[in-house]
Amino acid sequence: MTDAKPSLSDRLEPAREALVVVARFVAHYLAVGARLAAHYTVVAARKTWVVLQRLPIAVYSFVRALSDADYARRLTELYIDRHSSLPSKPAPAPAVAPSVRSEPQAVLQSAGPDSALVLLSLLQKEGRFVDFLQEDVSGYSDQEVGAAARVVHEGCQRVLRDHLSIEPVRQEAEGSSVTLPKGFDPAAVRPTGNVIGEPPFTGSLVHRGWRAVEVRLPKVSSSRDVRILAAAEVEL
Amino acid sequence: MSESRFAVGIDLGTTHCALAFVESAKCEGEEVEQQMMPIPQLTAPGTVEERQLLPSFLYLPHPDEFKSGDLSLPWGGDPAHIAGELARRQGTTTPIRLVSSAKSWLCHPDVDRKAAILPPEVPGDVPQLSPFDASVHYLNHIREAWNGLHPYDPLDRQEVTVTVPASFDPAARELTAEAARAVGLENLVLLEEPQAALYSWVNDSTGRWRHDVKVGDIILVVDVGGGTSDFSLIAVTEQEGALELTRVAVGEHILLGGDNMDLTLAHVVKQKLKKNGVELDRWQLQALTHGCRIAKEALLADPDLESYPVVVPSRGAKLIGGSIRTELTRDEVTTTLIEGFFPEVKSSDRPQQRSRGALTKVGLPFAQDPAVTRHLAAFLGKQAGATEDLEGFVEHAHWASFLHPTAVLFNGGVFNASVLRDRVVKVINQWLAEEDAPPARLLEACDLDTAVARGAAFYAHVRKHGGVRIRGGTSHSYYVGVERSMPAIPGMEPELHALCLVPFGLEEGSEPVTPPQEFGLVVGEPVRFRFFGSSVRREDQVGDLFEEWSEDEMEELEEIQTLLTSERHKKGEVVPVHLQAAVSEVGTLELTAIPIGKADAGSEWKVSFNTRGSTEQP
Repeated sequence: MTDAKPSLSDRLEPAREALVVVARFVAHYLAVGARLAAHYTVVAARKTWVVLQRLPIAVYSFVRALSDADYARRLTELYIDRHSSLPSKPAPAPAVAPSVRSEPQAVLQSAGPDSALVLLSLLQKEGRFVDFLQEDVSGYSDQEVGAAARVVHEGCQRVLRDHLSIEPVRQEAEGSSVTLPKGFDPAAVRPTGNVIGEPPFTGSLVHRGWRAVEVRLPKVSSSRDVRILAAAEVEL
Repeated sequence: MSESRFAVGIDLGTTHCALAFVESAKCEGEEVEQQMMPIPQLTAPGTVEERQLLPSFLYLPHPDEFKSGDLSLPWGGDPAHIAGELARRQGTTTPIRLVSSAKSWLCHPDVDRKAAILPPEVPGDVPQLSPFDASVHYLNHIREAWNGLHPYDPLDRQEVTVTVPASFDPAARELTAEAARAVGLENLVLLEEPQAALYSWVNDSTGRWRHDVKVGDIILVVDVGGGTSDFSLIAVTEQEGALELTRVAVGEHILLGGDNMDLTLAHVVKQKLKKNGVELDRWQLQALTHGCRIAKEALLADPDLESYPVVVPSRGAKLIGGSIRTELTRDEVTTTLIEGFFPEVKSSDRPQQRSRGALTKVGLPFAQDPAVTRHLAAFLGKQAGATEDLEGFVEHAHWASFLHPTAVLFNGGVFNASVLRDRVVKVINQWLAEEDAPPARLLEACDLDTAVARGAAFYAHVRKHGGVRIRGGTSHSYYVGVERSMPAIPGMEPELHALCLVPFGLEEGSEPVTPPQEFGLVVGEPVRFRFFGSSVRREDQVGDLFEEWSEDEMEELEEIQTLLTSERHKKGEVVPVHLQAAVSEVGTLELTAIPIGKADAGSEWKVSFNTRGSTEQP
């Protein structure tokens, strides 16, 4: 009987071998897991400690905000002020930091399309900007283009006035002589032509430049599809 | 919170609303610093912007017209009612769903002001709401905007002043106060708009106003807003050595404003285009009105400009091929605007009354004569004796045919154009010169669009913290109609006498007045009285009875009514009462019926203004 059939232990041998392999794997991963767990526990403990250090001030401000109306108001003003000074979308970073400076390398990031689309739809709504640019002007006389340009100019100017505060970078009259001191901001003033030697540079102001001092784009609800620049109109 | 932190002024205008506020702790003496509150509002679907002014328009959208998320405001908002810029814009293309000029309807005597009648004359399935509800919506929008900005100082805990036209009758004032109470504003006072404009001027001058005016001056405030014109006369008097301001007269309610002027110009240009074979549809007319407003402002600002181009853009995407170009010339502006709305008239001229054709529907009682100067002549002529009782005033010459103002203060966006200010002053000075009176001075105000809100905030501040106040009290004296008991004569109405109930100039918060006459009121049945007001009868005392009066000095207002309910009396029993009148701190007129019998001691019944419209009479 026993010859005819391998013993139970023999029959289980392959399974046992497989189990050992599995067990080795499991043990290995358990060890790794334990190490990781230990590591993150330490990290978490450290972080918790960092956070816990803030506990007194958190409790203090919580209690004081509840009991002291003036303090709560100051806190609110702090939040509100910070919110109002933030533009609704971060301004695009300067493309590449100038290589001549030993500044940390700026990160290239693409500007989110949302605020651009919101501005474009504003320009379309008030000044028919997209209509104007999408049209082929070659077939029209200057007078016809000029008439339409009035609509575009008047409307788009209103958008710029209402939503941006734009002022010249340099207040001097164009054509006047200006001096760029050492350490001038090359993003705001661009020297051209005979750029040699060390600053201060002296030259003639060709273009005053524009700077958006403030951006007041409207708040957009999350449900709005900003890709619709202008809705199609159907008169019923 | 024991003391409110802010003094708030709300301008609830016919075409725009605004809110100004003063932080009381930051003010010292006459240095009162005001700020305008930016009001978040929808400017396009899904877009919320902050603007200084909230256009007084409500749009009632079709359920499928917008995505519901696109109509949310910072505080959630109500997707069934859009207020502000988006409403105004949407209404130009879909006017049947737009509620506008709700304030003018609020003082319309022939309609039920709490019935859903706006927008008027619309197809069946368009929702409607009442003029009163519309005012509640605007106030609620402003309140939510404020509370979002000042979560620890909600609006209902601040000192709030809401402005009303000086020409609002007691019923319309009561409705405005009720609308404010409906959004929870209890610390509320009402202020007349021309007074607010003067307060704003006083505040802007930071004390210098005492040198700009002197005792004996009569300041004429000319307030031409988007939809209404409002006049007031304020006299400069003296009290214990200090200058005081006393409002001596207010004008009638005139539905005539800047919007009429822009529309008129647009029609002039439309006719011009029609001659060239160009027809405009409704949308294009709206665009043309917009273009004309810009052209008008340019032409009025620059006297060297002979004409200004106006372009009506095509409605479709083809902008260049489809636009219509025309221009507005200086001649057109001069003849239409200056000669049409501000003609040089004589001081004896009066507004022309066209006899109206049979009206098929109830509409707003728009002024029939567009000439602001003629309305002004009528006002000054009617108030010729307004200063007779004031101390310290030179006895008004008896031959003077109209009241001679010595200074003029303008308010309202229309007068941003200096040409129009100069024209009105010129016309008034012509009238004065004809009667050998010295010319009137122009008081320079700044920012005519927000002056009313800023003046109201200043008033809310000085009420609490002291400062110059304009005295005035009620601008009218009020009367109830009493029928003489006499045997019935067929074909003859019983004679009606007027009993003076409220004297002219009854001040807010003063002792209530009670005429000695008794009235018999029937328990359980609504009792109505005919009610009259007069803006010129200053000498009438409480309890005076008049048998005759002339039509133009006494004007019939809506009826007042009361319903006596009492457990002590059987239904149908007649209870003798006195009528008592008082002006509440809020600034509304309060009438009460007080029973005379001892059995009813302590009980009283409110007499309310019938704002349900006279068409509803049984």
